[in-house]
Amino acid sequence: MSTVFIALQANEDTRPIIDAIVQDNPTAIVNRQPAMVKIDVPGSMTIKRETIEEHIGRAYDLQELQINLITLSGNVDEDEDSFTLRWNS
Amino acid sequence: MDMQVAKKKLSLKEKYKLLTRDLGWDTTYHTKDEVFPYVQYEGIKIHDWDKWEDPFRLTMDSYWKYQAEKERKFYAIIDAHAQNNGHLHITDARYLSALKIFLQAISPGEYAAGKGFARMGREFPGVGTQVACQMQSIDEIRHAQTQIHALSNYNKFYNGFHAFADARDRMWYCTLPRSFFDDALSSGPFEFMIAIGFSFEYVLTNLLFVPFMSGAAYNGDMATVTFGFSAQSDEARHMTLGLECIKFMLEQDPANLPIVQGWIDKWFWRGFRLLGVVGTMMDYMLPKRVMSWREAWNIYGVENGGALFRDLARYGIRPPKGWDDAEKGIDHMSHQFMLALYQYNFGTAFHSWIPSEDEMVWLSKKYPDTFDKYYRPRWAHLSKLKAAGTPFANMGLAKLCQTCQIPTVFTEPDDPTSLCQRETEYKGEKYHFCSDGCQHIFENEPEKYIQAWLPMQQLFQAPINGDLGAWMNWVSLIPGKDNGDFDGSEDERNFAAWRQQATSNQ
Repeated sequence: MSTVFIALQANEDTRPIIDAIVQDNPTAIVNRQPAMVKIDVPGSMTIKRETIEEHIGRAYDLQELQINLITLSGNVDEDEDSFTLRWNS
Repeated sequence: MDMQVAKKKLSLKEKYKLLTRDLGWDTTYHTKDEVFPYVQYEGIKIHDWDKWEDPFRLTMDSYWKYQAEKERKFYAIIDAHAQNNGHLHITDARYLSALKIFLQAISPGEYAAGKGFARMGREFPGVGTQVACQMQSIDEIRHAQTQIHALSNYNKFYNGFHAFADARDRMWYCTLPRSFFDDALSSGPFEFMIAIGFSFEYVLTNLLFVPFMSGAAYNGDMATVTFGFSAQSDEARHMTLGLECIKFMLEQDPANLPIVQGWIDKWFWRGFRLLGVVGTMMDYMLPKRVMSWREAWNIYGVENGGALFRDLARYGIRPPKGWDDAEKGIDHMSHQFMLALYQYNFGTAFHSWIPSEDEMVWLSKKYPDTFDKYYRPRWAHLSKLKAAGTPFANMGLAKLCQTCQIPTVFTEPDDPTSLCQRETEYKGEKYHFCSDGCQHIFENEPEKYIQAWLPMQQLFQAPINGDLGAWMNWVSLIPGKDNGDFDGSEDERNFAAWRQQATSNQ
């Protein structure tokens, strides 16, 4: 199965977001590299607004991810509640 | 950041529809073909432009909000870098060579991409595509500006940063990225999207920005990691646009498949050649290394590129034609490129050097099948010549590939001991190539590539007429300051002296 990934800057904004991603994607592998964190998940990854909100304790717009996003891989689908990366193979 | 999230009145999908497609209109004074004259001639058939949708569903209002936030973060860090002698925090002044190459060869490419996407935002009839191309155009201009701004702090202290615009136009190694972007800009709109949106952004920028920028962080360069990651946050959107565009073309009409596949083959190979520079920066120019070019290729080329082409297989797309040759070159290209840069370093506006013993141990660990066998002996020979007071300089002019414009320094895919050279005769003239990939590209569009401006030929024309000093003046290279071996350079002396001052009261 192909792996999708997302890489975020390593900073205070992304710490709780990474925790939320790991919580929602139990097969996630977190690679910590200098200044960045790359999260790999086999097949597909879903990032949920609600889980991030639980972790950060405030309302969150998933488009805020843009600010700390470094790169990603897979087909993207985004709406107000979730952000999904998926390979169809 | 603690951004206020307004209470939503519209869903993201509704908002996207209202702020993209609903801004479009059907023309009445002129026909659609007259208004969009360039979308037919490449042969790509599109039946319904409304089927194209940005999966991020980013609209201009959100775009400005998030880009403004990125800029505030960027300039806060750049100010701090300038105010705190950030230039003395880097691991080693050799690292500056990577930044000089970046500024001379890569930042102008960002600007060229900005021009290209501004044109695509006008030439494509679909409103969703127009909006996404306009955003990308503004992004690319922002990248060029932030890179120039960030690196201008180094220009206050070090050589080789002062004339990047002249280098872009005239310097031999800069014509490699320049010809890549000029080739894309002089293509039709759909080919441009494959060239930049797909091949460059999706397949290649991860290798350019991600491990290299992480490496910049590792080497204490706060300024570069900041512009790098700030730019790369836009690239995630660009990659997605590139992938959506390719899927869109393939879903619109089955007749598009062979045309798209041909462009994938061409632009993968052109991009791969461009990456030779990046591999060299990673393996040789980061004093503190994060990962080797080979390791980066395994993650972002083999694994991620592989996933992408498996995904596209359902449309009939196969991996690019040069894929296997690329894999065969990975363990060789950075070494061959660095050896070339070293022997021509009288003509580069950055320094190169013979790797230290400690670095050669790292290289042989990362390249167990190639480094000790093929490349360590050459570095040992160059060291011997240097120690004897007769450092090697290659004063001959390099033979350039007519397509990628790199000197023909790479070896045969299956024989790392012989140089790969190809030749095609066209209308009574001979043209040279570095690889099968570049030769095929030429043979598909010879009338385009016979017009290539080649820097070595320029040397014999006015105003240079074969004079090396006149050439240096013409490319704004200051001999004895900008060029040559790092060992003994003004950058080396200044960095050591200033760092000493920074940690003492002398």
